[in-house]
Amino acid sequence: MKTLWLMILGRLGLGLATLLAISVIIFSAIEMLPGDLAQEILGQSATPETVAAFRSELGLDRPALERYLDWAGGIATGDFGTSMASRRPISELIAARISNTLFLALYAAAISVPLALVLGLLAALYRNSVFDRLANVTALSSVSLPEFFLGYILIFVLAQSGLFPAVADVTAEMPLGDRLYAAFLPALTLTLVVTAHMMRMTRAAIINLLASPYIEMARLKGVPRGRVILCHALPNALAPIINVVAVNMAYLVTGVVVVEVVFVYPGLGQLLVDSVAKRDVSVVQAASLIFAAAYVLLNLAADVLATVSNPRLVHAR
Amino acid sequence: MTASILPLSAARGLRSAPFTARFGMAVIALYVAVALCAPLIAPYGETEIVDAEFMPWSAEYLLGTDNLGRDMLSRIIYGARNTVGIAVATTVLAFLAGAALGILAALRGGWVDQLLSRLVDVLMAIPSLIFKLLLLTIFGTSVLSVVLIIALVDSTRVFRLARAVSMNIVVMDYIEAARLRGDGTWRLITREILPNAAAPLAAEFGLRFCFVFLAISALSFLGLGIQPPTADWGSMVRDNASLISFGDITPLIPATAIALLTIGVNFVVDWMLHRASGLKD
Amino acid sequence: MNAPNPRAATTGMCARTALLTIEGLTIEARTGTGWSEIVHGVDLTLRRGEILGLIGESGAGKSTIGLAAMGHARDGCRISGGAIRFDGIELRTASEATRRALRGRRIAYVAQSAAASFNPAHRLIDQYAEAPVLHGVMRRAEAERDAAELYRRMRLPNPGEIGFRYPHQVSGGQLQRAMTAMAMACRPDLIIFDEPTTALDVTTQIEVLSAIRDIVRRFDTAAIYITHDLAVVAQMADRIKVLLKGREVEEAPTRRMLAAPREAYTKSLWAVRSFVRAPRPAPAPRATPVISVERVSAAYGRTPVLEDVSFDIHRGQTVAVVGESGSGKSTTARVITGLLPPSAGAVRLDGEVLAPRHGARPRQALRRVQMIYQSADTALNPKQRIREILGWPVQLYCGLKGKAREARVRALLEMIELDPDRYIDRLPGELSGGQKQRIGIARALAAEPDFIICDEVTSALDQLVAEGILRLLDRLQRELDLAYMFITHDIATVRAIADEVVVMQAGRVVEKGPKDAVFTPPHDPYTALLLASVPEMDPGWLTRVLAARDRAQP
Repeated sequence: MKTLWLMILGRLGLGLATLLAISVIIFSAIEMLPGDLAQEILGQSATPETVAAFRSELGLDRPALERYLDWAGGIATGDFGTSMASRRPISELIAARISNTLFLALYAAAISVPLALVLGLLAALYRNSVFDRLANVTALSSVSLPEFFLGYILIFVLAQSGLFPAVADVTAEMPLGDRLYAAFLPALTLTLVVTAHMMRMTRAAIINLLASPYIEMARLKGVPRGRVILCHALPNALAPIINVVAVNMAYLVTGVVVVEVVFVYPGLGQLLVDSVAKRDVSVVQAASLIFAAAYVLLNLAADVLATVSNPRLVHAR
Repeated sequence: MTASILPLSAARGLRSAPFTARFGMAVIALYVAVALCAPLIAPYGETEIVDAEFMPWSAEYLLGTDNLGRDMLSRIIYGARNTVGIAVATTVLAFLAGAALGILAALRGGWVDQLLSRLVDVLMAIPSLIFKLLLLTIFGTSVLSVVLIIALVDSTRVFRLARAVSMNIVVMDYIEAARLRGDGTWRLITREILPNAAAPLAAEFGLRFCFVFLAISALSFLGLGIQPPTADWGSMVRDNASLISFGDITPLIPATAIALLTIGVNFVVDWMLHRASGLKD
Repeated sequence: MNAPNPRAATTGMCARTALLTIEGLTIEARTGTGWSEIVHGVDLTLRRGEILGLIGESGAGKSTIGLAAMGHARDGCRISGGAIRFDGIELRTASEATRRALRGRRIAYVAQSAAASFNPAHRLIDQYAEAPVLHGVMRRAEAERDAAELYRRMRLPNPGEIGFRYPHQVSGGQLQRAMTAMAMACRPDLIIFDEPTTALDVTTQIEVLSAIRDIVRRFDTAAIYITHDLAVVAQMADRIKVLLKGREVEEAPTRRMLAAPREAYTKSLWAVRSFVRAPRPAPAPRATPVISVERVSAAYGRTPVLEDVSFDIHRGQTVAVVGESGSGKSTTARVITGLLPPSAGAVRLDGEVLAPRHGARPRQALRRVQMIYQSADTALNPKQRIREILGWPVQLYCGLKGKAREARVRALLEMIELDPDRYIDRLPGELSGGQKQRIGIARALAAEPDFIICDEVTSALDQLVAEGILRLLDRLQRELDLAYMFITHDIATVRAIADEVVVMQAGRVVEKGPKDAVFTPPHDPYTALLLASVPEMDPGWLTRVLAARDRAQP
């Protein structure tokens, strides 16, 4: 047990170090700013004095380390600084949007994860059947589709007829049912994007597992097929499946950006894209950090769960 | 006799290819042809304003006109050249950097490997689209910076794969024998590792192309990739998206063009991987 | 009483009824385009309580036939013809439910790799109890008690407790015994043993063999014992069936089969063990050894793997380094070649100290020390043609180019008895296992070395092919006055080819000297154990060794 805890602690430490490294990379983005950015943001009419004032407001005249500590310290207390473009506090801009994005991602995950796991399991069990081949071709095709293509097809098919709204306008006061209805098309798009891939990976993981000698041994002991899957394959499939889910949830995090734009969904991705267009560096930094942190935490959680599900590590010698 | 073996087996392989792979190869061939002959096929110029905006499909403008009154069909044809061309260039760049460093890291091991691998770990801990957006904010959205940024971010993925593939080769006894012989790094890479890594690397090139192509299209769709007036499929979807709400499928055509190529490449890669693994058995 | 199965004499074989009858069994395997037959009409009869040995080289179809006796075919294989009757039940046409009811309950299976065949997620006892509970033979609590009893019978340490461990917490030899106990859980009528000791060291193998033999006799269980090792099957089986490429060669009771094989193929298998190389004259007393390992210690990270290892190898001589897995044989080779710098001590080549790392050694030093690997599959670059594999070292070491290089490559191929015209343009994948190993030898020779390390060069090969390789190495040694360091775990090979023997255990040299001295008593205790554990072709060997051990420890 001790080695297990040490291992988990090690993983957590590594996750923390990664977060720190990422924050440094994201922070140093501003260091690489070409000199004319202030000019560009302020527009052609800005006088040299206003540009200089803007630069000192950004703190570009103070040492980098000092500013990094300020920035990181602020984020730790929930203060992301001020937007360069709108001069409003960033925390104010993102508060509602984070929960919207989270809602959308969870919505999609809640549909896609069970769906993909079940379909992947079925494809593995009925390998080389018509169902399997069909699933394989569908999966291959749908990972090839750009998210916006899927989104617009859904709009064309489902929103044209008025079944679902094409513009996913959600607000904080909406009741849950209305929210689910309004965000159905973006959630469905995301589901389509990740399910196929997740299913394919689940199938591969299970097939890989079913080829192990201990599965053959179980069959040769006269264990019925269902029990072989449930009692012999599944406990060992946890780690690979957790991994599959984590990879796809991480993919969901980025898929959200494009889908939010397609459906004009008021989330963090939409804000990020707008801010990139405006070159509002401080907002981009804040949003990037949040997305990256979510991504790192997901991978970390998967890593720890996979460790805990491995009997070789849990029951050390 | 030996000289004829290679093309023969390739031909036999082609004949045994499943429908999906043949379909994929046909699609790729079509795109390459269209890209090469764009000016010959396109009825109008790439940026030529030919009529009013959003004209419906007609004999004159087969797919109508776009939001600025340019011929849709012509722009889609030129798009093959621009979008695919830029994606190929980016993939090649990402591949050269990633594969070279990945193989080197596997071969050298030690601190070279540690340094490169940890660096890549950190870079890969940032979701790729987010990282690209961050870098685009700083360097602006010129074609050159789009190419360089996507190449940089995707080269980390290529590095991972190239390193993993090479790792499997580097532990082989024939590499040990070559090292004990005193063979240099260059010979080890070109004569011992690359020939054995060729199949998985080729498959990765195809897959990487798909990812790069989709990434460029996504960025263009977000208005942050290839900039007007260059004809590009992603931005064409964005510019004309409003038509969809009126039941007009025209904006879906450039999107279909994107999807069709990635599906085609994916089918071919899938078949290649299947064949490579089948031959091992 | 030396008979392998005393019951056979007392009860009378003929009186016993047939338990398993296989007639005209054909099995097909999937190829790229369709199905091809890999077992071509094999017949087999097994009576109650009888042990049948199935032997053959790789690709003979032993395991495939063994599994077919359970009505099972692996993925990519199918039973395409013939009849498999177990106690009156036709397994081929029986329903899946019928077959399932038989498996584990009346026919059990013991796999080659116990480590891979135990589910890592469950404790041994859970896996033991699964079949008896599932088949309604006994309740869980009974099964646990019964397991402890069988574990004790299999001479596992802590029989009451070991079942509550996970597979990865138990050693390979113990797992193999636990798997036999598991197969015995429902007291089946028939057990299929599929190479159960192949992956084990000899000193572990003897324990597993004796435990398996005892328990099978105790419960009067019929068994099919699959192996490629003649000496092992001689200890276990009442009858032996020899297979070659999916066909039966011959079948006879064990003693008759060993004493008087009828078929040429069987005779050739038996003859392998008779190859003994002519002894070489001992080196001059003051001669400088080609290679001298001086008080070498080495470690992987913080784990010490070699401690104070010393031995010399003289020109024209073969030194066999023997020991079980983990004894440090291959690590010693890594130190000599410069892949692992020693933490203490040095390696001398013709009296000159070699640089610890191969990278710091001059090319001439690298040239003079060559290596031949165990697995020719991984030792040859699969994408290079023979011309390149042999040509490059010729060019690198001897500076030959163009026509001179080509001529030298052809000469090398002739030295290893492969026709240059036929083989020079081939890829390794287009060669058989033995031919690949010959190319490995030629590559070492291309450097015109003084000393060659042969790392288990025959252990991946079938016996006949292995013998060809040994003869070839012997001839080359005579012609080129080469010194060999022969790393092996196989005592029979050592007897055949060594001038001197170095016995290693846990990173130390426990005994060394001329072959005759090491192989004649008195021995170091470990050497004695090692020698006594090597199975002999005599069917009474196991009984005798065990009796001797019992006498030694009353």
